[in-house]
Amino acid sequence: MLIVGELINGMYKAVGKAVARRDKKVIQKIAENQVAAGAGMLDVNTGPYEKDPRGAMEWLVETIQEVAEVPLVFDSTKSDVIETGLRLAKKKAMINSANSDEEKLDILVPMAKRYNASLIGLTMGKSGIPRDKNHRVEHAVKIVTKCQEIGFDVNGLYLDPIVLPINVAQAQAPEVLESLREFKFLCDPAPKTIIGLSNVSQGAGQRPLINRIFLAMALASGLEAAIMDPLDKDLMDAAITTELILNKNIYCDSFLDAHRKK
Amino acid sequence: MDLLKESWTGKVSEVTIGATEKDGGTRNSRIKAGGEATLPYLFREGDMPHRPVVAMEVLDTEPTDWPKTLKEPFKDVLKDPVKWAVKCVEVHKAALVSIKLMGTHPDFGNKTADDAAKLVKDILRAVKVPLIILGSGNEEKDNVVLAKVSEAAKGEKCLIGDATEKNYKTLTASCLADGHNIIAESPIDINIAKQTNILITEMGFPVDRIVINPTIGSLGYGMEYAYSIMERARSAALIGDKMLSMPFICFVGQEAWRAKEAKATAAEHPEWGDEVSRGALWEMETAICMLQAGADILIMRHPKAVEETKIYIETLMKAKE
Repeated sequence: MLIVGELINGMYKAVGKAVARRDKKVIQKIAENQVAAGAGMLDVNTGPYEKDPRGAMEWLVETIQEVAEVPLVFDSTKSDVIETGLRLAKKKAMINSANSDEEKLDILVPMAKRYNASLIGLTMGKSGIPRDKNHRVEHAVKIVTKCQEIGFDVNGLYLDPIVLPINVAQAQAPEVLESLREFKFLCDPAPKTIIGLSNVSQGAGQRPLINRIFLAMALASGLEAAIMDPLDKDLMDAAITTELILNKNIYCDSFLDAHRKK
Repeated sequence: MDLLKESWTGKVSEVTIGATEKDGGTRNSRIKAGGEATLPYLFREGDMPHRPVVAMEVLDTEPTDWPKTLKEPFKDVLKDPVKWAVKCVEVHKAALVSIKLMGTHPDFGNKTADDAAKLVKDILRAVKVPLIILGSGNEEKDNVVLAKVSEAAKGEKCLIGDATEKNYKTLTASCLADGHNIIAESPIDINIAKQTNILITEMGFPVDRIVINPTIGSLGYGMEYAYSIMERARSAALIGDKMLSMPFICFVGQEAWRAKEAKATAAEHPEWGDEVSRGALWEMETAICMLQAGADILIMRHPKAVEETKIYIETLMKAKE
């Protein structure tokens, strides 16, 4: 699976402070730790309070790329901030994110094509949070259709079925898992899928337990990628074990260590 | 119609056997094994930088269970391992020699570690091709013998074996200290193969000095089982499993000549035909199957089988051009 490290986000106090102070060491340590723990990409988010998000994104990308070899995911609601990141990216990046709204898609799908980046498509829009699996599929169809119209290779599309907190939207969890399976039938080749894993336990008790069980269930439902905390060792062990059970890696007694040797 | 091509993200590691003067040894040649970025011989899907090699097997003690047809080509040298090794290289053009220290086994002569070390030194002086050194299979004795042998051959970058899941520490430490490559053996079990490689690398041993012995069965005696294990392991290597990304070594001669179909005379089994070609054919057929499975190094015995196998390898590699 593709693990996107979620920790470089300005809403975390330490990160927010480091961005404000332009403290390279703090950011670089978090980047290195995530990569060492198995992150295949790093999510980069300046945070909601940043006054100069473009400047901050520029600084973050340069800082991270000094020490980390993995590609980056540019996480912002503002397309100009995303583009700032894309311009500086050394490797094939990912845009986080578009949704099913025409205006957003019209900007971000061509941008993804232009910069040869992957694109996360949230299966929601102006109409709000999707109600169920069918509603999610409707949004997904809009996104896939736009990609096909513009000639954006669907192999670079990651649909996000919108994971909601288990303590407020419990009935949605099975709908999300169903959606992961349904999305595969939308076109050939099928779009990939991604989730923001931590959302499932937002505000709930036993967060790590809920996160790792949900990840296992999502992987078994066909999930390819997740934005998550790679420093959570139990979570990473759950991901490795799930992939073993799905026959994705060859078993050996030290299978947890083997994975870390990759 | 477009040919559907696989694209792999991983590749097999490259192992170098033999050290020339430049590398601090006394070999006249080095062998590189592995480095494949595609399934065996599928050149259009990725690179296969090195051709498989055949090592000829020498025993440190006169074999008692070899049939006449196998003894015949070496009847003048069977009692003298050094002369035997020289004949393999000078007459039969062996690219490598593999010396099996069978005589150090407590039940087969119980030669000492010092005896073995002396023999290896003599062989290294007499032939200048890269050397494979195998213990007798008695773990306790091998730990003593191979440690001494490893030291005696220090700097020559030999390939020494075998290490197993239950007995790998001593040999790994020796090979690490003396700069040799190691054979990691597993009993036709891909999970144990992977685990053994992890245990060896956990001691700080470099990945690119490990060769996998999956343990094969000959034609008629489990060859297909070995094939399927090698195929699975190679496929895993090509999608990035570093703990299975090592070149393969197959003990073809040892296994093929166990078979009664290789050994029996035509008098004993007239329906099997003449034994002169039959034995060498049995060995060659086993070799061919292992090559198709991805074998990088073959240890073989009969000169005719060796010769035909080399022709087969040339034919396969021709398609690369």
